[in-house]
Amino acid sequence: MSSVKEIEVREGVDRETVEKVAALSGKYKHGWETEIETEYAPKGLNTDIVRLISEKNGEPAWMTEWRLQAFARWQTMTEPKWAMVNYPEIDFQDQYYYARPKSMMQKPKSLDEVDPKLLATYAKLGIPLKEQMILAGVDGAEDMPSEGRKVAVDAVFDSVSVGTTFKEELKKAGVIFCAISEAIREYPDLVKKYLGSVVPVTDNYYATLNSAVFSDGSFVYIPPGVRCPMELSTYFRINAENTGQFERTLIIADKGSFVSYLEGCTAPKRDQAQLHAAVVEIVIEEDAEVKYSTVQNWYPGDENGKGGIYNFVTKRADCRGDRAKVMWTQVETGSAVTWKYPSCILRGEASQGEFYSIAITNNMQQADTGTKMVHLGANTRSRIVSKGISAGQAQNTYRGLVSMHPKAKNSRNYTQCDSLLIGDKCGAHTVPYIEVKNNSSRVEHEATTSKVDDDQMFYCLSRGIGEEEAVALIVNGFCKEVLQALPMEFAMEAQQLVAISLEGSVG
Amino acid sequence: MLTINNLHAELEEEGKQILKGVDLVVEPGKVHAIMGPNGSGKSTLSYILAGRDGYAVTEGSATLDGVDLLEMAPEERAAAGLFLAFQYPVEIPGVGNMTFLRTALNAQRKAQGQEELSAGDFLKFVREKAKTLKIDAEMLKRPVNVGFSGGEKKRNEILQMQVLEPKMCILDETDSGLDVDAMKLVAEGVNGLRDGKRSFLVITHYQRLLDHIQPDVVHIMANGRIIRTGGPELALEVENNGYADLLAEAN
Repeated sequence: MSSVKEIEVREGVDRETVEKVAALSGKYKHGWETEIETEYAPKGLNTDIVRLISEKNGEPAWMTEWRLQAFARWQTMTEPKWAMVNYPEIDFQDQYYYARPKSMMQKPKSLDEVDPKLLATYAKLGIPLKEQMILAGVDGAEDMPSEGRKVAVDAVFDSVSVGTTFKEELKKAGVIFCAISEAIREYPDLVKKYLGSVVPVTDNYYATLNSAVFSDGSFVYIPPGVRCPMELSTYFRINAENTGQFERTLIIADKGSFVSYLEGCTAPKRDQAQLHAAVVEIVIEEDAEVKYSTVQNWYPGDENGKGGIYNFVTKRADCRGDRAKVMWTQVETGSAVTWKYPSCILRGEASQGEFYSIAITNNMQQADTGTKMVHLGANTRSRIVSKGISAGQAQNTYRGLVSMHPKAKNSRNYTQCDSLLIGDKCGAHTVPYIEVKNNSSRVEHEATTSKVDDDQMFYCLSRGIGEEEAVALIVNGFCKEVLQALPMEFAMEAQQLVAISLEGSVG
Repeated sequence: MLTINNLHAELEEEGKQILKGVDLVVEPGKVHAIMGPNGSGKSTLSYILAGRDGYAVTEGSATLDGVDLLEMAPEERAAAGLFLAFQYPVEIPGVGNMTFLRTALNAQRKAQGQEELSAGDFLKFVREKAKTLKIDAEMLKRPVNVGFSGGEKKRNEILQMQVLEPKMCILDETDSGLDVDAMKLVAEGVNGLRDGKRSFLVITHYQRLLDHIQPDVVHIMANGRIIRTGGPELALEVENNGYADLLAEAN
């Protein structure tokens, strides 16, 4: 019976979570810093810096011009203040906008020539050895046999993409997966056509800033009818101090194609807050489908709110063609401040958008996150499942827009928005915006707020389960629907994260 | 096994005294029943033994095999071999019954310095126990107690007891809300655990559960004290005459 196997697998996963958590004993796991020689551009932001970034990436003139226009626009804009987050004024002139590991300047011939610290970093990120070699740019590493299941990895270290794995194999399938800096040079027509077409240069303060100074990121193109033969994955790592990370991701799923894309983020522990302002644009043509999963574990700052990443991110998917489908799944456990609303523009008829989110805030963390479902086409469907968990003195806000336009006849949205509170000093807020401009669409919104209650805790304790394990168990149960939407490996990582990020929240 | 000596306890917030000097000794391998009217302190006694928050012990002691129970955290008491079958089992949404059982068992094994059971061994172990309680694979997969009927919840408590194999089992009104068939199943589950060493403290309002789980000793509790102790015939006396006479006698 299939159900038998299912139980065994699930059990194994849950168990492993708990073991890992026990072993990790409560510290931010990715808080290490790698001492790698880094090349910086001068501090501050002006047209020279924008030109310099463009030049470092060997960009054509049209791209430099695009950036400069964005920069000019940005200078006329003001920081948005509507989100339910508080943080000190950011001094945009007191940041580095470009940093890259020096060892990336020439291509090494073998692993011996690679900066061992860079390799150590990949190992700590849990990237397999072969992928480590490829990422380090070792000649011939692509042809070596690999262990286990294949996941193509693109690693972005501070400002630059340091390497992409399985490029050749993907190329055979017609899939392009490379650094966006490379795509600008190698595939200018595709980039010109799609860059800024989902998130326009003028979109918002941080997106415009990103457009001016993005240094690298990932580029994906899946040709018509192709099912991407492996999962694609990007690891973002902020290493250098005082450096903003501005990566740009552009994914294009042409007609009838499919791709599953994973994104993971970590950063070292630092006393000073660091800025991360990314833009992700996804274009989905007719009958194509994209799954985009994020496990965001940027350094959240310490218990007193010192340090941590300010995570101001614009992510948007445009379902251009009929029956196009997008699914965002995010597990947000890190960052001091999160401001993020992965959105779906449901333009094509019968296109579908889904958003599954777990946002965990502990200590002094603040998150204002949610989604936008913009129904433009007829018979479009969207589904939102948001699980917010607050502990310590954290504030967690769900902010979501569901908009049914006049032409979006017979469209449906279902929103489920659950908040869980641990302790009595934290807060959970739900801010739904609903606009319906036709009379044949239906919007449903359900919201609940609950506490990890004493009865549940005592029940677990009385069975011999310790306090922290009990909280992890209850919270993982609360998040189950979203965890199930993640690819297997990510689901395990996410379960561990849920447990780790809530340590110290009881007792 | 379980020794309770002059136990006094009150509700922490209101300072209201509930237990007013409970004395009780449960010997290894014995089944003791506690009966009594509503509000006599039966359930409170079980909560205090299991370590629930909200109660303050003001006097007296409780030990399990000579070890001070009251000094231990609830999970330590469980690992020491104490088990409480809840009157109202708690729902834990999203957490599979199997996951819960396995987490509990392995936490206890770890606390006792034993190897954790592998997924395969555990599955076999649980399946066997579940079968006798008529708990099917579907029910093992469902989230803990969520959407369970009254009878299913109580059977699930007994399953946990069978899996965790405690040495001292406390059953808090396990018969409430059960029909005759469910009560028989539950009683069989409990009787199957009687091995001459394991002890039981069965808290109940009614004699009928004691028809199925034969007690060695019956205590009558009222107003925070044990007012009468006797053999199984005491339960029958209560059944026939109610508590009024016993209460009058005690006063």
